[in-house]
Amino acid sequence: MLQTLLPILIFAALAVGAAGAVRRIRLWRQGRRTPMRWHRLALMPKRYLNDLHHVVARDKAIAHTHVATAGGFVAAMALALVVHGFGWRNPILGGLLLAASLCMFLGALAVNRRRIDPPPKLSKGPWQRLSKSLIAYSVGMFLVSLPLVGVAPTVLGGGVLAIVLAAVLVWGLLEMVVGMGWGGPMKHAFAGTFHLAFHRRPERFDDNHPDASPKKTHDVHRGSRSTALFPLDLTAKTLGVEKPADFQWEQLLGFDACVQCGRCQNVCPAYAAGQPLNPKKLIQDMVVGMAGGSDAGYAGSGHPQQAGGIEVGKPGFGNHRGGPTDAIVPQLVEAQTLWACTTCRACVEECPMMIEHVDAIVDMRRFITLERGETPEKGAAAIDNLIATDNPGGLDNASRLDWAADLELPRIQDRPEGVDVLLWLGDGAFDMRNQRTLRSLVKILRTGGVDFAVLGEEERDSGDVARRLGDEATFQRLAERNIATLSRYRFARIVTADPHSFHVLGREYGAFGGDYVVKHHSTFIAELFDGGRISVTAPTQAETVTYHDPCYLGRYNGEFAAPRQVLAALGLEVAEMERSGYRSRCCGGGGGAALSDVPGRARIPDMRMEDVRETGATTVAVACPQCTAMLEGVVEPRPRIRDLAEMVADALVEPTAATNATSAPSQSREEEPA
Amino acid sequence: MPQPDPQAAAGTPHDVKTAVLVSSGRHPVSGRAGRAREDARAVEMGLSLVGADLSLVHAGDPEQASLRESLEGYLGMYHGLDGGRPGDERDGQLSLLPLRAGEDAVPLLAAWLERSGVRLALTGQRAECGEGSGMVGYLLAERLGWAIATGVAAIERCDAESVTVLQALPQGQRRRLEIRLPCLIAVDAVAEAPRQSAFGPARRGRIETVDDLLPADESRLDTGSAGWQWQPARARPKRLKVVKSTNARDRFKAAAAKSSASGGQVLTDLSPEEAAEKLIDYLRAEKILAQDDQ
Ligand code: SF4
Ligand code: SF4
Repeated sequence: MLQTLLPILIFAALAVGAAGAVRRIRLWRQGRRTPMRWHRLALMPKRYLNDLHHVVARDKAIAHTHVATAGGFVAAMALALVVHGFGWRNPILGGLLLAASLCMFLGALAVNRRRIDPPPKLSKGPWQRLSKSLIAYSVGMFLVSLPLVGVAPTVLGGGVLAIVLAAVLVWGLLEMVVGMGWGGPMKHAFAGTFHLAFHRRPERFDDNHPDASPKKTHDVHRGSRSTALFPLDLTAKTLGVEKPADFQWEQLLGFDACVQCGRCQNVCPAYAAGQPLNPKKLIQDMVVGMAGGSDAGYAGSGHPQQAGGIEVGKPGFGNHRGGPTDAIVPQLVEAQTLWACTTCRACVEECPMMIEHVDAIVDMRRFITLERGETPEKGAAAIDNLIATDNPGGLDNASRLDWAADLELPRIQDRPEGVDVLLWLGDGAFDMRNQRTLRSLVKILRTGGVDFAVLGEEERDSGDVARRLGDEATFQRLAERNIATLSRYRFARIVTADPHSFHVLGREYGAFGGDYVVKHHSTFIAELFDGGRISVTAPTQAETVTYHDPCYLGRYNGEFAAPRQVLAALGLEVAEMERSGYRSRCCGGGGGAALSDVPGRARIPDMRMEDVRETGATTVAVACPQCTAMLEGVVEPRPRIRDLAEMVADALVEPTAATNATSAPSQSREEEPA
Repeated sequence: MPQPDPQAAAGTPHDVKTAVLVSSGRHPVSGRAGRAREDARAVEMGLSLVGADLSLVHAGDPEQASLRESLEGYLGMYHGLDGGRPGDERDGQLSLLPLRAGEDAVPLLAAWLERSGVRLALTGQRAECGEGSGMVGYLLAERLGWAIATGVAAIERCDAESVTVLQALPQGQRRRLEIRLPCLIAVDAVAEAPRQSAFGPARRGRIETVDDLLPADESRLDTGSAGWQWQPARARPKRLKVVKSTNARDRFKAAAAKSSASGGQVLTDLSPEEAAEKLIDYLRAEKILAQDDQ
């Protein structure tokens, strides 16, 4: 009986699943269309096995579980199609099918063990059911295939047992094949496949990099750091994303690929601080919006402080509704959720499905700011100031160099022949704390005999904050003006102590015609050490220091080594925090979050300071004016906060008088007209 | 709307054609053009009163490079207009009355207000550039025979006949005034802060040039200012009133005082001659008129 039933079951499941899949594809294609690049489908297997697997493999146990389950399933399904579907009942194939089912069964057991008392990051509901369905499918497939190798044919030939077995198999097929197309948990495999192929940032994958080395460990970022925000066409009909259909279709596809693993939730600083943002829930909200309906079916942690809250599986969801052409804010997602994000990219870095949360959040912020004019109050004030005065504080831009009145900084305007280094000051130049850092940096440059100059009042804000707050118009205006200014002067490279300027100038101006070699001061100082151009005295007493990786330096631009190199050159031992390097926890100051200041249960910098304290460090080295400000805002007593430049400047060995006389700065001073 | 409206008898604010006279602002730090701060508050007041029914008008030199930027700043405020009709998402509209060198804005504005049937006109108290005399409101009201209220902090109520406003007085005091329409209201800097100017609505807002209001003849010329002498403004020294009190409350009150509100007198029932006499005496006492100045 089963022999006749099996092909029917398998083909019926495939047909129904395919119908669901077509419907699902239509849902994705509601988004804005882009030219289709079908050949990218060919890239998918490698992207899956290489790029995706390496992210999954940061958690070894899960990686093994997934390989066994998914690999077992794919093999079992393919073989079942041949053996049971087309009826090529070859004992060797049958043996392989048994082996694949067994492999899947073992994986399913591991999945089930994890599901006994699932950690709060995981979703329950259908995902809890999936673990059982995996067993049903693997066991069912194993048992029906036993006759192929001549075992127990009579027992399974007919009667009640056969019916039970058929039922189990139907359950497995429904979940694994039909559910894949119709939006069950297995949807992740189907959507994920296409998402990997049509990812909006192909640069993130190794296949875009001929030199990608296979020797990289799992913890190393694969591909390149494709982190620049996409420019917005300011002549478009509506600006930014108001409704799910305003996303590009690849983005909708990406949301649909989410496996609700909760890795993003675990690393999100806003979520940890109890602010109403859970990146995992946000992605699910987008799926709800795309498919239409309410979030009642969501079975994971919600956005803190909102209906449903963070308790897993607690009822209360269902109040937020959406549809592909309905406005997202506030019915589906509340504005506070979007403004809580610090754009730290921890979620993106951690997501095994390579979903781009930050792009989505900024897209929605763009609509709120550019069309609705509802930027949080302080953010709107900063934008107004940027428009009127080119700096977020509304200060006279000509006072940008006031802190250096006694330093006689060389101006690039006086150096038509060009300089080696253009020192980009950033808006930290208006902040008294950061001025100490800048003075230290100037001292280092002078000691190292660096030929540098500054733009002075011609420098404007890079546009970082405006852009993250969604004001692409102000960003583009600032970018264009800065690029026009820079085009008038000659310099070999730009050095800045501000990772945000570093990122924007180095990565985001390119789209507007500004291509520069930009170096963060940590990189540049490390080079000065390497070149033997500066030297330092050994520390007088042993001290434990730790280093806080700024998001825009580390995760955004991959510079983890240089700051540590500088600390090593200073003879300091670095006690690393648990979350450091690519897993560094944000200080809470990025993405305009310090301006929107969404209330939470804790403050993000306080939590980061706890991380620092755990290392026993008495000093935390920082490399960003924003991190400095946020961490110094933590109440005392707390470890000292010192910028790398300050630490180096304090330990510098002053050059002798002879070398001083020939150093670049004094030369340029002589050139100045009296 | 079907439901009974308590104001139906006298009409809703939407029945009153409302316009804001806007000018080009000048940022106090950078000097860049943008929304003028008081005018932006006037627009905010108008938008929360009548939503997108509000019209804007500006008389100025259309050739000026930064003009569009400042005017778009006001048009960008046409969003989230639940204070008007809910969900109203019409774009803003501004009438630009071209003003050539040597011409006076007042006759043009008056002609425009009359032609468009405006009964409630809002504006800031003083422009941030140009003459900045703060006189436009008075001159317009005089010419049109309208009432004028200055220093207005809020509009409490408005119907087809009259409008009730709160006038800002020093030290946070407010005076309630009921004014017959048509009238002109000059908005104070303590009025509700203006909403954010958004790029999208600013870009969509329409600026319409109206140049057929008056024949291009003598009547448009600003004869008064022709003979003026121009010189850069100097920051005027503030009159200090040192309060030598050991009482913190008194010192705080003195410091927070907007201008001295005490010591004045209210004179009523005087003949025009007596009133003029009193004013001249006062100006002499304040050394604004020289003693021998007639
Ligand atoms: S970018 Fe950072 S703050 Fe924003 S959702 Fe992701 S993890 Fe949370
Ligand atoms: S968005 Fe990515 S990290 Fe977050 S739950 Fe989904 S798959 Fe996991």
